[in-house]
Amino acid sequence: MEIGLIVLATMLVTLLGWLLKQSFNTQPWVAEAVAEAAYQAPFNAKPKLVALTTFLAVATSFFALILSAYSLRMELGDWIPLTEPQLLWVNTGTLVLASVVFQWTRNVAVSDRMSQVKPGLLLTGILTIAFLVGQLLAWQQLNASGQYMTSNPSNAFFFLLTAIHGIHILGGMYVWGRATVKSFIGRDDAAVGQSIELCTIYWHFLLLVWLVLFGLMLST
Amino acid sequence: MGYVAIADRDHEIEHHDPQTFITKYIWSQDHKVIAIQYGATAIFVGVIALVLSAMMRLQLGFPDTFSFINPENYYQFVTMHGMIMVIYLLTALFLGGFGNYLIPLMCGSRDMVFPFLNMLSYWVYLLSVIILLVSFFVPGGSTGAGWTLYPPQAIMPGTPGVDWGILLMLGSLGVFIVAFTMGGLNYVTTVLQARCRGMTLMRMPLSVWGIFIATILGLLAFPALLVSAIMMLLDKTIATSFFMPAISSMGVDPGHTGGSPILFQHLFWFFGHPEVYIVALPAFGIVSDLLSTHARKNIFGYRMMVWAIIAIGGLSFIVWAHHMYVSGMNPYFGFFFATTTLIIAVPTAIKVYNWVLTLWEGNIHLRVPMLFSIAFIFTFIHGGLTGLFLGNVTIDLPLSDTYFVVAHFHMVMGVSPVLVLFGAIYHWWPKITGRMYHEGLGKWHFWMTFLGTYSIYLPMHYLGFAGVPRRYFAMGNTEFMPESAQDLNAWITMSALFVAATQLLFFANVIWSLRKGPKADPNPWDATTLEWQTPDTPPKHGNWGHELPECHRWAYDYSVPGYEDDFIPQTVPADIAPAGRDHGGEH
Repeated sequence: MEIGLIVLATMLVTLLGWLLKQSFNTQPWVAEAVAEAAYQAPFNAKPKLVALTTFLAVATSFFALILSAYSLRMELGDWIPLTEPQLLWVNTGTLVLASVVFQWTRNVAVSDRMSQVKPGLLLTGILTIAFLVGQLLAWQQLNASGQYMTSNPSNAFFFLLTAIHGIHILGGMYVWGRATVKSFIGRDDAAVGQSIELCTIYWHFLLLVWLVLFGLMLST
Repeated sequence: MGYVAIADRDHEIEHHDPQTFITKYIWSQDHKVIAIQYGATAIFVGVIALVLSAMMRLQLGFPDTFSFINPENYYQFVTMHGMIMVIYLLTALFLGGFGNYLIPLMCGSRDMVFPFLNMLSYWVYLLSVIILLVSFFVPGGSTGAGWTLYPPQAIMPGTPGVDWGILLMLGSLGVFIVAFTMGGLNYVTTVLQARCRGMTLMRMPLSVWGIFIATILGLLAFPALLVSAIMMLLDKTIATSFFMPAISSMGVDPGHTGGSPILFQHLFWFFGHPEVYIVALPAFGIVSDLLSTHARKNIFGYRMMVWAIIAIGGLSFIVWAHHMYVSGMNPYFGFFFATTTLIIAVPTAIKVYNWVLTLWEGNIHLRVPMLFSIAFIFTFIHGGLTGLFLGNVTIDLPLSDTYFVVAHFHMVMGVSPVLVLFGAIYHWWPKITGRMYHEGLGKWHFWMTFLGTYSIYLPMHYLGFAGVPRRYFAMGNTEFMPESAQDLNAWITMSALFVAATQLLFFANVIWSLRKGPKADPNPWDATTLEWQTPDTPPKHGNWGHELPECHRWAYDYSVPGYEDDFIPQTVPADIAPAGRDHGGEH
């Protein structure tokens, strides 16, 4: 449970520390016209970005806890390390590319050239779908070689972790799909721009999660 | 583009009033309607759980009397009672119900930041409730694994509901967590980003603080339950071995290899302990506001109360293994978790002192919400003190499987939060419905519930000391127990039935008030917080009419010296109070 604990503790200390900072040197019982700065919301951020950040904290907690379970389960006698399919390296490269292209698309969007985001959006989508298909192929390769989910706990964790990571990507693809359709219809540039910004963060996050998962599975 | 706070963009945002019956009351995106939907559903399942507990008590008080209670369905009653009360009633009612109602109103917003997501949250919650209730009617019935669902027995033949019940339970929990996450993202974002002008974090009422921190705990802790539910589903359906050890069942090898049931316990309690505070922190916050309002005094040590909530929230993540002392853990771990458990008593005790000191020399009005709030202080101290016993490994080991534990957790996280819930419902009822409740009925409801619950749980401590084991369907030939233990059990059962029946008074009051209750004053308690300053009662869609409120002071300006009324609403500008007078030092 150490992994889960450390990750959660870091997040909690950051948040609670920030909250405590807000409360020092205040005298809440003194009625006064509040200075202009205090009228503002605490973060210089849009609500959707705050919600996404909060969701990333939830997802981080989720993955950290599975990894805690992984490390605890690994120590038991019946664990046989899984030899990961080489295809995963290709998949990893695809996901890295998807993230890079999304970042480029975001930069285009931020510089207000909304008419030029379409190729970037499409390419990201294709790369991400390629990643998901690649993951399914990796599953198939394992099954073909007789490595089923129930064969060993390390296999079970491999299938579980890749499935959960994939489901998170599918969730992101929903938002990506809406943004892409809107950008092709040419409607609501502001909303498309915001979706691209948020999706980029989400893609980077899922890339990071994948690198951690892949690294852990390779090393154990 | 520079960022502008939501409160300053109010005039730019279009507010579409719902037009039809369906958009107004069913597929509603209004936080107040969603709060009532959450509340009504939670209370509905809560009543089912109450009936289940009455059935358990019938068996314990009068064994061999009721032919319709057998060991299988006794365990199903235990399981469903526990799970419904903790998750589907308390969590849903505090956060989905009061969180939804109070956050936007107390923070001076028009609604939650993401109203559609908020609506979705309720309907997904309802789906989880339906899945849960369906499990009563499937072959084999609901699961009887105990609310902690410990493997291996939870998914092994011999446990009731092992075919369908456990699958539906795990599925329902997964769906509930999705619903909670959608709601939780909304609560956090609304508190952080959508407060009105002047509502700094340190001017928020403690109700909002409690709900806010509890939501953060929920968002970070529920994933642990989700992880364990998914893994157990896989162990059950395709025979993986995350938790299931190599084991044969009735001569059959189900194909598991050396999984770890202890791993499940770690994951479960990593969620399970913060869950206690997910329920308790909103109760702490709400009760602080109720005590202050009805004692006409500012809350004692506001900042300390906020820090205590934050500290308890943080500490709640490092005490989980005190639920697992009997699992045979390393003694050093036991020492560590006993220490952290006792440390958490410090901020909790600070809160209790502050509640009592808030009452000190207050102008106490013993209205129904106040009665429930003061009663909470009693039951919470009581349940908290027994927690100090159980937090110590050496005392916990002999007591762990006895009724002492049942008495402890019912006092601290059953009775105490429920008393606050009742207090809160009575307190905000006039705002929610626009009508007053019947004071006399409310007082009867309070006294019978309060004294009745003591009559149930106080004797249970003695049963625990006498070694009466919990979870047992029948005691059998347990010679170490005195015969009088059974008499006490019969008494407890009668008290439980009495308290259960007493709740009819509450529902009678609700019906009476909705049909004949006198119209409520917009601010019947002379309270300071924003929700009592709305232009309409009950507040209309958008809450505030044309202009968002502005907040000029904290929520606790009661009985300010030199001021004519004994309360100053948060919307009253600073210079309207006695001219040029710094009354800060007088609090």
